[in-house]
Parts: sequence; C-alpha cells; structure tokens
Amino acid sequence: MALQLARKQRMQQCLRIMPEPDSLKADFVEEMDGDVPVLRFTGRLTLPRLDDLPRRLEALERPPKRIDLTQIQRIDTVGAWIVHKLATENEAKIVGLDANGQTLLRQVERSDKPVLMRPEPFSPFLRVLDEVGDATVIAAQTMLGLLSFFGAILVGTWSVIRNPRRFRMNAVIQRFELVGVKALFIVGLMSFLIGIVIAQQGAVQLRQFGAESLTVNLIGRITTRELGVLMTAIMVAGRSGSAFAAQLGTMKLTEEVDAMRTIGVSPIEALVLPRLLATTCMMPLLGFFSMIVAMIGGGIFCWLSLDIPPLTYIQRLREVIPMTDLWVGLTKAPVFGAIIAISGCFQGMQVKGNAEEVGLRTTSAVVQAIFLVIVLDAFFAVFFTSIGWD
Amino acid sequence: MNRDDPIAIRVRGLKNSFGPQVVHEDLDLDVRNGEILGVVGGSGTGKSVLMRSIIGLQRPDEGEVLVFGESMLDKDELEALDIRRRWGVLFQGGALFSTLTVAENIQVPLREYYPDLSESLLDEIAAYKVVMSGLPPDAGPKYPAELSGGMRKRAGLARALALDPTLLFLDEPTAGLDPIGAAAFDSLTQSLQKTLGFTVFLITHDLDTLYAICDRVAVLADRKVIGVGTIPELLAMDHPWIQEYFNGPRGRAATAAVDRNSETRA
Ligand SMILES: Nc1ncnc2c1ncn2[C@@H]1O[C@H](COP(=O)(O)OP(=O)(O)OP(=O)(O)O)[C@@H](O)[C@H]1O
Ligand SMILES: [Mg+2]
Repeated sequence: MALQLARKQRMQQCLRIMPEPDSLKADFVEEMDGDVPVLRFTGRLTLPRLDDLPRRLEALERPPKRIDLTQIQRIDTVGAWIVHKLATENEAKIVGLDANGQTLLRQVERSDKPVLMRPEPFSPFLRVLDEVGDATVIAAQTMLGLLSFFGAILVGTWSVIRNPRRFRMNAVIQRFELVGVKALFIVGLMSFLIGIVIAQQGAVQLRQFGAESLTVNLIGRITTRELGVLMTAIMVAGRSGSAFAAQLGTMKLTEEVDAMRTIGVSPIEALVLPRLLATTCMMPLLGFFSMIVAMIGGGIFCWLSLDIPPLTYIQRLREVIPMTDLWVGLTKAPVFGAIIAISGCFQGMQVKGNAEEVGLRTTSAVVQAIFLVIVLDAFFAVFFTSIGWD
Repeated sequence: MNRDDPIAIRVRGLKNSFGPQVVHEDLDLDVRNGEILGVVGGSGTGKSVLMRSIIGLQRPDEGEVLVFGESMLDKDELEALDIRRRWGVLFQGGALFSTLTVAENIQVPLREYYPDLSESLLDEIAAYKVVMSGLPPDAGPKYPAELSGGMRKRAGLARALALDPTLLFLDEPTAGLDPIGAAAFDSLTQSLQKTLGFTVFLITHDLDTLYAICDRVAVLADRKVIGVGTIPELLAMDHPWIQEYFNGPRGRAATAAVDRNSETRA
C-alpha cells in the first residue's frame, strides 16, 4: 500500500516536470450521425496519455456503432487494442485510420486470442487439500533426499578412497582457507567477548556466596565443554553453511551442476566433499581456538576486576579443567562441522526454479544446521555424563 | 528534451575498460530517429557493453552518451525515469524475473509506470503481447524456469515491448529461435517499427535479419565502430573483417537468398 502511494507520488512528480498540454490527452466525444451513434476519439491514443479513458469507455451508456479515428494524432498498440476491443464488443465499424494505423490494428487483431494468464483457479477446499498434500510429499521427499544425499556422500568418499587421484587437493585447501583461516578473526572476537561476559556474570552471582574465586572454574569448564565449540558451530553455520547453500544453489540455477555431470565430474566429489572435509577438519581447530580466546577474555576480566593475576589464573585453570572436558569439546566439533556442511550442501542442491528459492534454501540450511547442532549437543551432554566424563 | 533531433542516440569518444582490458576506445556512433540500426562484430568486441553504456548501466571511463539529447549518467532518478519509460530493453540472456510468471513479467513495466491501469486492461495488454511475440497461449502462467530457451527470448521481447517504447534495444533477439520464428520476429519488428515509428538498436549475428530489416549496419571491431552504413556501402569498404563477414560462405548464402527473394517478387 505504502509502496503504491510512493509510486503514485513519484509518477505525479514525474508528470510535473513533463508539462502535458491537454490537447494531447486521449479523449472522446459521443455524437449522432443520423441515427447511428458515433464515438469520435481525439488526442493521442497512446499509453502515456490514456489516463482514465478505459474506465470512461466502460461506463458508456450508448454503445457506438461507428468509431471515428480521424481526429487522433497518434496511436500505439495499447490504443489500437482499446479501439479493437470496443469495436468487437459493440460490433462497431472503425473509420478514419491511416495506412499505418490500419496495419497496427490488424497486428493487434491478429493477436487477439484467448490466452491463459493465471493457473486455473481451484476451489478453496481442494486448495487446502492440495497444499496439505504438497507439504506432506515435500517433507517425505526431504527426508528421503537427505538420506540419499548422505548415501551419495558415502559412495563419493569410498570412490575417492579407492581412487586417490580423484581427490581434489586444491579445492580442499581453498575451502580450508575460506572456512577456517578467514573465520579466525570473527570467531576470536566473539569468543573473547563471550569469555568476558561469562566471567562478569559468573562473578556477580558467585560473589553472593563469597565464592568469587570459583569464577575461574566456571570459565574454564564451560568454555571447554560447551560454549567454545557450540558458539563456533553457530558462527560457522552462519558464515559457511549459508555460503555453501547459496553457492551450490546458484550453480544449480545456472545449470553448472548439470554441466559438471555431463562432463563426467561428480558434483559430490567436486563440490560437496571438499566442503565437508573443510568444515569437519576446521571445526575442531576453530573450536579449540575459541576455547583459548574465551579463557583469555575471562582471564583479563578476572585480572582487572577480581585481582586474580594471570599466572594464578593459568595455574588454577590447569587444576580445575579435567582432560576429559577437552575431549568432550573436541569430539563434538567435527560432528557439528559435518552437519553444517551436509545441510548447507544438501539445501543448495535442492534449489530449482528461481532466485527466491536460493534465499529460502540458504535460510533453511542455516536454521537446520543450528537446530541439529543444538539437538545433538543435548544428546552428547547426556551421553558424556553417563559414561562418567563429568 | 528535443524531440525533433534527427539523432536518437549520440555516442562520442566513448572509452570502456575492465581493468587492463580496453573494450572501447574513442568510439563514435549515431543512431538516427526511426531507423533500425544493426550492430555486428565478432564475439567479445563489446557490443553488449556498448548497449549497457548507452542505457546507463555501465559508467564509461571517458566520453559521453546522449539519449534523446540527454546524458543518462548525471540525471536524478526522476528525470532518468522519464527517459527509461520511453525505451524497452531485451538482454542477451533474457533477464526475466525468475520469481514472476511470464504474464507478470510483462506487466511489471506497465504497473511501474502506469499504476492507474485497471487489472483487466493489464491482463488484456499482457495477453496480446504474449501472442504478438509468438508465445503459445498457455505460456502466461508459466515461470521462466519452465520455458524453453527460445520462449525465454520471446518473453523478454514481450516485456521489452510492454510500454510501446520509442526506442528499443535488442541484444541478439533471434539467437536461439527457429528460422520460422526468427522470420516472424523480423517481420514483427519491422511492422511495429513502421507503424509506431520507433528506433531500434539491434545487436545481431543473424545475417538474414541484417538483410531483411536493418536500415543501416554498424560494424564494431578494433575497439571502435569501423563503419556505419547500408550493406552496399559497407561492402564498398575494404576492411578485411567486413569483407570476410559479408563475403564469407554464410554471408554469400544470405546475399543469394535476398537476391532470390527479390527476383521472385519482381
Ligand atoms: N563485467 C565484465 N567484467 C570484465 N570484463 C567484461 C565484463 N563484461 C564484458 N567484459 C569483456 O568485454 C568484452 C566485450 O564483451 P561483450 O559482452 O560486450 O561482447 P559482445 O560483443 O556482446 O560479444 P557476443 O557477441 O559474444 O555477445 C569481452 O572481452 C568481455 O570479456
Ligand atoms: Mg553480447
């Protein structure tokens, strides 16, 4: 609505800078020639000068039997169409067109065929059924698709293992850089701030029990066990998972993926495996980096506002973090990485049709990846506790 | 805006480059009002880039481009809008909006510039443009991804023609059309050009189209327009590319066809 209003205003401004003499406006007069009702058009019968002419023509009281075009100054296809429609509806005769005008009119007449503008309308009941059915089929297909995609990845991996020459070293290294090295800054910054926030919030709560010094335990354990890897996974899903979906989606649209297949290059080997390998390898490294930086952030806070000197801080960390915490964090990381890459690539490969689809699939890729990561994280938490790594 | 100027598009001293690659240098070109100007040249000589500079999508490094006597670059949005609604553009790749149906694609310029048009008239206009551009009658509700390559071209043409423009830019309109469709396209362009009097900037590799409908032909080579004129005038020049182009096997075939046609007519 607002858009339309703005557009109207813009058009009005546009008209203001373009002075329009009234004589050019498309107009008509109704006359009687004997007992034949005549409609005489004047001005320019062209799209820019139409104004409200179509509406006024619809409101005609007396159907014209003759349409006189001697007085018009110009006519374009839209004008010709309006005249043609008026003439066929009222079985009126058209007079007074010059040769060019007649050619134009004939051109338009020839184009007057029934054309389908929109899909055939459905009854509302059928439409509900249709949409429910579609949604069910799509959900089932997505599940199946994900399974077969997973299968294709396994097959691809196996064929690369059997045939190591097919392994695309360059592509993999390039992905390592994009997924890992280029993410260092943002992951570091995020972890540093998270470390400070944990320390600050923890200190406020623990102070109530006089246990401020336990802040170090809090920072150390929560970053290694949970937050380091989890936050990194969310960041990588947002950065790389979305990029994978958008890249593969666009390549699907431009038929690059099809072209690859016809040349005999397997898209799974060329596109998916390098990305999968990159996130799987980079996630533990990034996660570890994130843990360390978060601890540094927390340490700086402890130093400045709790007066715990860095050396003591490090000493305490070594005492309170069991080695198993690090294993917990680092075991989860590659699994999360694989999930991010698989959902990004899977959604990207599902794109078909139009540009909007790329956007939708990219969104789903990120949402799906983060959701799965958090669900799995919960499972891991239960699992590790039950095997006694707490 | 001077509407009596015999020159619709005036390009002077145009220079375009992408990094170290210079595509155009010191290029001059005039397109006269009401003519169909064919633009030919080898692949990669910068025909599409020239079209993009004329419609203001590509900022030239040097030189000026005047459309209807005005430069598109230093205009504010409103004034540019007034010129833009007087032209229609068909891009080489079709450039249809992929999220809209064919019918909606055709209606986009109409809705944009004439928001007061009634829904039924919009549908009627789109319908006859669909037929006119040679699309099958059931193409209206289809999405571009569901069309064949040639149908995409035609839908792009229908959208370019939506506003009955006074200036039409066509980038290889007949590439990918079947010969019957290409001939129908030629006659459509020609008859619309005669009846509506519009100016056409037509990039093409199709010799038949050149012979059939172009009033003049501009040849792009060596980063410039090396010649403009009717085909006999061009043939009189002794530039090797022009000779090769018109006197190569395909050029001779097209010439022969034209001769045959005029004989049977006479
Ligand atoms: N966006 C761009 N960036 C860099 N170079 C470009 C770009 N667009 C075009 N070029 C270069 O400019 C040159 C001219 O390209 P253009 O598309 O105008 O060719 P053309 O004459 O239209 O060819 P064709 O007949 O094949 O369509 C080419 O060498 C191309 O590589
Ligand atoms: Mg081109």
